[in-house]
Amino acid sequence: MRTTTTARISYSLLNAIVIVCLLFPFFWMISASFKPQLEILNPDYLFKFTPTVQNYVSIFQDHDYMKYIVSSFIVAVLSTLGSLLLGLPAAYSIAKYKMDSISLVILVAKILPGISYLVPWYVIFNKLHLIDSYVGLIMSHMVIGLPFIMWIMIPFFGAFPREIEESSWIDGSSKIRTFAQMVLPVSLPGIITSSLLAFIFSWNNFMFSFVLAGEKTKTLPIAVYNFMGGTSINWGALMAAACVITLPVIVIAMLAQKYVVSGLSAGAVKG
Amino acid sequence: MTDWLDRHIKWVFVLPALAFIALMVAYPIFYTARLSFFEWSMSAIQPSKWIGLDNYASLLKGKEFWDALWLTFYHSSISIVLETILGVAIAILFSRKIAGAKTIKTMMMLPMVATPVSVGLVWLLIYEPSIGLANQLLKQLGFETQEWLGSVTQVMPSLILMDVWQWTPMIALITIAGLATIPTDPYESASVDGANAFQKLTRITLPLLMPTILTAVTLRVIDLIKTFDTIYATTQGGPNLASQTLNLLIFDTAFSRFQFGYASALLMVFFILLIAVVLLLTAIRKRLGGIE
Repeated sequence: MRTTTTARISYSLLNAIVIVCLLFPFFWMISASFKPQLEILNPDYLFKFTPTVQNYVSIFQDHDYMKYIVSSFIVAVLSTLGSLLLGLPAAYSIAKYKMDSISLVILVAKILPGISYLVPWYVIFNKLHLIDSYVGLIMSHMVIGLPFIMWIMIPFFGAFPREIEESSWIDGSSKIRTFAQMVLPVSLPGIITSSLLAFIFSWNNFMFSFVLAGEKTKTLPIAVYNFMGGTSINWGALMAAACVITLPVIVIAMLAQKYVVSGLSAGAVKG
Repeated sequence: MTDWLDRHIKWVFVLPALAFIALMVAYPIFYTARLSFFEWSMSAIQPSKWIGLDNYASLLKGKEFWDALWLTFYHSSISIVLETILGVAIAILFSRKIAGAKTIKTMMMLPMVATPVSVGLVWLLIYEPSIGLANQLLKQLGFETQEWLGSVTQVMPSLILMDVWQWTPMIALITIAGLATIPTDPYESASVDGANAFQKLTRITLPLLMPTILTAVTLRVIDLIKTFDTIYATTQGGPNLASQTLNLLIFDTAFSRFQFGYASALLMVFFILLIAVVLLLTAIRKRLGGIE
């Protein structure tokens, strides 16, 4: 009896340690975002401080963060939609007609480092005046979203029973119509998983936007990174900005936790 | 029209995506391969100049490539060992049916999905030598304060700690999914034979988990080698290039020094390394995990 009690206590303790480790940096980010700069700079105020929303006011008033949020949102939504538009039919075709060599191409595109495209894109986009344009930025983010969506959806479509499709074709429905009206609705869980993650990857993307975005299209991660420049760092505002980028991602992850966990465990990691 | 579409549906569906990949992925790679034989700084006045294998020669002779290669290896190898040990341990710990298992899974997901730039910045604040929490904690516990990201010797361990925090959950989540698929009968017969908990762990759980763990390790290593955002946001490769991994060296060569030819040669070497690592890991998985 005694051993089980000890075991249970140490088990709960371990649980608590793991959870504290996981959450602490988030707690720290949020608490610093509500601290006045002077108290951040003074270690005596590590845990007790006078909360203020001044940091948040400052990033929206002094630094046009609304604009960056809109940019990030436009790029993330449109690149996800674009990836779905191209990726869903392609994944279906690859799954149904067993085009294994093409699925290998997708895998290679997933493995290659993002920076390998960035040099040529930068040169080519410069010539085509696509630097600091939404078109260029969205296309670059689709290079992460598209292979990812196909990667998740190929096994999903592969599992769809052939007989159901065939009976629909016999009933005179065209193949495109069968795909749109029968296959897609049933595949909704996979589509939701892959779209949510594609959205998150785009929202979080730093490297592509850093090089390809400019004043007009600057996304949130770049705005926050640029915020660090200068002689002294305004930590409170920096952490407020970090909270603003991370919040939507956390909300999505919480709401769709079942989908996101399965998507991430399916080998789903950024480009 | 519909008939024609129906007969060629296979290609109608696949071609737009393939065209996009050809344009945005395949073409840039050929472009990079070609550019790696040129000297070019994107100048409009000075055209690119064919220099054959010179970029590769200076890459192999110079110190920066080998330094960056070593740092990449250092960062990836230590991170993956720590993340695997901790991740598997956490997975086994949480595999018991306990209240709140779902909540814990959600929490594990948070470091992985959080925006890498924010993750980097909050760790930058934690590591800050004069006001950061890390040093305040050391002081309270009676230890000497450290320089963390500011020191040539400590920057890599500090970055590794950050990566371990962010990505151990990925190994743990994949392992938890793998644990759920292990059948219960080996455990029952082991109990009958009088095996203790430790024997069950080392003789049954871990061998059966091996394929899952190896898959997780492969996925993680591929991404580790490519780590960019968190390192760039915190150190930009510094201090004194002490955290300039290959990815950062290439980025810097291209977008700060504008040596596009040389950056392309570095990229080609980076590709080959990455593909070699993937093939190596696949071979190990076949050998140890019995995976096709």
